[in-house]
Amino acid sequence: MTRYAFFLGCTTPVRAMNYELSTRRVAAKLGIELVDLPFTCCGYPIESINRDAAMLMTMRNFALAEANGLDMITVCSACTGALTRFSGEFKEDEALRNKTLGQLKLAGLEYKGSTRVRHFARVLYEEVGVEKLKAAVVQNLGALRVLTHYGCHYVRPSESYGGFDDPETPSTLDELVRVTGAESVTMPNKNVCCGAPLLSVDKNLALSMAEIKLQMAQAANVDALVVVCPFCGISYDRGQLEIEAELQRKYGIPVLYYPQLLGMAMGLSPRDLGFMMNSVKVQGLLGKLSGYAAGVKT
Amino acid sequence: MSKRDSVNASEINETFCRQVLAKPGGERFRACFQCGTCTASCPVRAIDSRYNPRVLVKMVELGLRDRVLKSDALWLCSMCYLCHERCPEEVRFPELMTVLRNMAVDAGYIHPSYAKLSSIVAEQGRIYEVDDFINMRRKQLGLPLVSSDREQWGKIGTQLRFGKQ
Repeated sequence: MTRYAFFLGCTTPVRAMNYELSTRRVAAKLGIELVDLPFTCCGYPIESINRDAAMLMTMRNFALAEANGLDMITVCSACTGALTRFSGEFKEDEALRNKTLGQLKLAGLEYKGSTRVRHFARVLYEEVGVEKLKAAVVQNLGALRVLTHYGCHYVRPSESYGGFDDPETPSTLDELVRVTGAESVTMPNKNVCCGAPLLSVDKNLALSMAEIKLQMAQAANVDALVVVCPFCGISYDRGQLEIEAELQRKYGIPVLYYPQLLGMAMGLSPRDLGFMMNSVKVQGLLGKLSGYAAGVKT
Repeated sequence: MSKRDSVNASEINETFCRQVLAKPGGERFRACFQCGTCTASCPVRAIDSRYNPRVLVKMVELGLRDRVLKSDALWLCSMCYLCHERCPEEVRFPELMTVLRNMAVDAGYIHPSYAKLSSIVAEQGRIYEVDDFINMRRKQLGLPLVSSDREQWGKIGTQLRFGKQ
């Protein structure tokens, strides 16, 4: 059994419990143990206010994981990006490193630099691998056509991710989708931004950005959008309802977190995958899968 | 800033440019030759003309400190890193943006949404409070309670400085 510290971040455990639940269930079934530690915010939201404060927050999390002898798994791409970038800058920026280590020491913590952080989907791709995932599929999702959304920080800035996937036209999530038998529709502009970082600054602007991907999904006539970040998920799922209400337009495009899609293929129940918490209803999508448990509470 | 806005010599702050260059993340901006790849790549600019990364770099270069730091546009970057990937001069625009936002905060021009955020983070270590309602919902779903170590966090939270250091 592989063990990782589960870095949940702030948003997933409060606003995307369907993502968290499906991740935990899928991980358990694949023999990946996720250990909960008292982590805090990754530091990313604080970077715009004060970079040094963000660095301290990031490195406290690393110190905690290292003290437990574990690498970290994340589910939020913004957390992944911040933790990865900051741990790199920690090594490069000697002045800030010394300042941060001094601050950690006052809290009884230290960090030697041994902990690695990766997104859950990346661990599925790199450590479990598509062949082993294919072997875990019991329900073929061949009836579904989906459009992937990588989100920005899953692959960018590329130099922080050491050659994992292409920062402009990534493909690893499409490969993970195909594991389930579902079709991953090919479209240009794989790098659009969901707009979520601007939700609290200018909501209309943020929702206008989100709508671009919804229009793409509608044009491609897909059964669902597949995402790997709670911010993208909230933008497209809950945000979709707001866009529909505000602009009197109808999209009705279910938004699935990748573990929800994979979990269906692995035979996990709709309840275990948290479908009752999806804002855009998924019954139509589930109805296309003969033999898959249909009892979704809404 | 619209194209028609002229620059008044009295607005030019000669030390601003040097201050930006001296900060980690600000070192590369003088390499910009105004090609506009950033602006052409920008998903925010595609929708909202208030925001233009190329013009922002030029304004910093011209030393228009107050206009830059007081600008609403400073808070409109979504940090998607597309300009970062494409810039032929490796200006590292998102890092420059962080430098400018940090300087704006130090000068007292924090965006209200970020001001709210910093106080809850300092206190709780999170951007959303995990209250009894959330924990009850989590319990119903079979999710563990969100683990926290308030005492440990206190030793870090009290060291965080969000304004001028």
